[in-house]
Amino acid sequence: MTAARRFWRSGEPFVWLTGGALALALVMVAGLVGIILVNGLGFFWPRDVVRLTLAGGRTVTGQVMERERVPGAAGQYRIKVKVGNRDLYGADFVWVNEADIQRRELPPELAVIERTEWGVLIGTITGLRDGDVLVARGPAAWTEAEQRLPEAIRLRRAIRRIEQVDIGAINHAQEKLRLELRRLELRGVTAGERVEALRGETEALRARYEMEAARIAELRARQTASLVVAADGGKETVWPLAQVVDVSFPNAMGPGAKSLHYAARVWEFVSDDPRESNTEGGVFPAIFGTVMMVMIMSVLVTPLGVLAAFYLREYAGQGPFVSTVRIAVNNLAGVPSIVFGVFGVGFFIYVVGGTIDRLFFAEALPTPTFGTGGILWASLTLALLTIPVVIVATEEGLAAIPGGMREASLALGATRLETTLRVVLPAVTPSILTGLILAMARAAGEVAPLMLTGVVKLAPSLPVDGAWPFIHLERKFMHLGFHIYDVGFQSPNVDAARPMVFATTLLLLTIVIVMNLTAVTLRNRLRRRYATAAV
Amino acid sequence: MSPTLDLRASLGGEAAPGALESPMVEIERLSLWYGAKPALRDITMAIPKHRITAYIGPSGCGKSTLLRCLNRMNDLIDGVRMTGTIRIGGTDIHDPAVDVTELRKRVGMVFQKSNPFPKSIFENVAYGPRILGVRQRADLEAIVERSLRAAALWDEVEDRLGDPALSLSGGQQQRLCIARALAVEPDVLLMDEPCSALDPIATAKIEELMLGLKASYTIVIVTHNMQQAARVSDYTGFLLLGELVEFGVTRQVFTTPRDRRTEDYITGRFG
Repeated sequence: MTAARRFWRSGEPFVWLTGGALALALVMVAGLVGIILVNGLGFFWPRDVVRLTLAGGRTVTGQVMERERVPGAAGQYRIKVKVGNRDLYGADFVWVNEADIQRRELPPELAVIERTEWGVLIGTITGLRDGDVLVARGPAAWTEAEQRLPEAIRLRRAIRRIEQVDIGAINHAQEKLRLELRRLELRGVTAGERVEALRGETEALRARYEMEAARIAELRARQTASLVVAADGGKETVWPLAQVVDVSFPNAMGPGAKSLHYAARVWEFVSDDPRESNTEGGVFPAIFGTVMMVMIMSVLVTPLGVLAAFYLREYAGQGPFVSTVRIAVNNLAGVPSIVFGVFGVGFFIYVVGGTIDRLFFAEALPTPTFGTGGILWASLTLALLTIPVVIVATEEGLAAIPGGMREASLALGATRLETTLRVVLPAVTPSILTGLILAMARAAGEVAPLMLTGVVKLAPSLPVDGAWPFIHLERKFMHLGFHIYDVGFQSPNVDAARPMVFATTLLLLTIVIVMNLTAVTLRNRLRRRYATAAV
Repeated sequence: MSPTLDLRASLGGEAAPGALESPMVEIERLSLWYGAKPALRDITMAIPKHRITAYIGPSGCGKSTLLRCLNRMNDLIDGVRMTGTIRIGGTDIHDPAVDVTELRKRVGMVFQKSNPFPKSIFENVAYGPRILGVRQRADLEAIVERSLRAAALWDEVEDRLGDPALSLSGGQQQRLCIARALAVEPDVLLMDEPCSALDPIATAKIEELMLGLKASYTIVIVTHNMQQAARVSDYTGFLLLGELVEFGVTRQVFTTPRDRRTEDYITGRFG
């Protein structure tokens, strides 16, 4: 026997084959996660702002984002510079051939100004104006602006709060009154005490609205300061301080200051509303929508799936019919998710939602209340999508419980129901949680069915707020998965938005991992408590 | 104590074994089929009160099936058909008025493979009483202690009642199962090869325990181990192919079997 043959017969090659397959899988996963991590986390780091002087005297000021080989030219590289100032230049990015660069500088006075509109502004702050009066110039301008910025931010937030909370509440109340009037009208009541009272209330609300509008106008009048910023090519712009989100000087910051700035931006990302058609700002509404939808889905899918699995395994007579049902349930997991989305629209929204509207919200028609996409329908659709996962996991758990355990309980005089509730259910709980983990991971990452059943690019309000009944299951919502698609492929400014795609992906992954870890911890604790001989 | 056994009566052949003792379980013309396959054929016997009765026989002879008839565990299996009557304490257990869960509370069972619930030691023993509706913690504690003492397990576990039952050794788990069965205070205790998965030391402990328990319980045990049957039982029934070949006082069955097949089995000529 030759050495090669002996090696083959020893079974060693198979060990290498299996190990290799695992290694390949791990490398691919690690690569994917690595790309997401680097791009997602790198997005928030305040990069230095370079001023490049090109051949011909032109200057380009901005942050270096990428470096690549020039196509068709050997040994030459070019860099992509984020110059910002979309309002001045028309584009956020320019490519610069490294061969053309004559000088690179990092002037400490270069400022990166985040605005509520038009992306970032990169340039030197040369003055501060109050109305038409120039209050300060040169370095003193920033010193003065720095003192006024917190007040400007406070004012902006106050205005937004009035617009969203106070005026929102008035609008909500007005809408309720309008529906109340409409309901009376549908019953044929168009005059009388009640109608008069409602009209009076509407008037009172209108007066309150005027008051709030006046308050906003008064606050707006106080927003007078603006920054004068000099940019490349001798361009100058005057930007109202009221629209400045943040000013930083990356070249002047040490690692400590940069880390602080980094943390602040990460916090803004997870806690703030999106700006500029989602390419800037935060993704809080999408986080909220994703988590809430997954929770509603879990609440819906767990009892249903568990009950179905119990019937299949504990009560149904095992035969060809039950086997067919079992195969059908397994195959349901392979149906394209968009099909579930279509079903969600056709059945939940049009049939169920439409019926609810006709019966309970007739006064709002033709505007649908439940007869349109909403978080409830999206959650229900996903519950339907993930129910096979829960059924299969629960069934496998039930099959793994030794039959002797049920017999022991029955032999003690327990009924089947008592046996099921007191012995089988606790023992199968870890398996149910396994199913739920898989279902949650699937649901959190699903996008296609949601696009049909209630996800929107920008939801005006969260599904939970201060207005009665606090949880609004009929509302449309935002979702991180859809956000990734929207920002990455539907955005007017794809280059600027691309880092957001990675950051959002990273966030979605983190949320899925956190939810899974919670469930896994719970499961392991239960496993320890109910440790079965089989485990 | 019940009246002393009259050996001659048993040996006489005509009188049913244990006729002089008060019977706890009376089986009359019991036959049972799994679908079309007969498992028990026309079995008649009386199991005396506060005695240990052993069923022996080769695998598949129907001894476990016979045991499981006594607490109607066979009801759970599809396609089982039965004729004949079984009376326990004078009551026909198939009487429509008899609640099967009530019956099982009176006829406890210990299985071949120890099957404690995946709960704590305490909760395992308290399971039956809880089903019966005992709610007071103090009552439960008293029952648990009494049952564990009766099963000779108390000294080993008294300071760790909250530990998972599955952390116990195999022998301890089986004694825990006995304690669990005793906690509902049955009249009859059925044991289906309770020592087949245990080492000799654990087996000896269980056998000792059984001898202690027979003062208060009627015990029916199925065993593959003929030495065990000879050691612990007062009466022995030998089953072959679903038929009760011989039933009598253990010493008689082992020393002077009346049937040739019994002798062949006991002397190891087949099985």
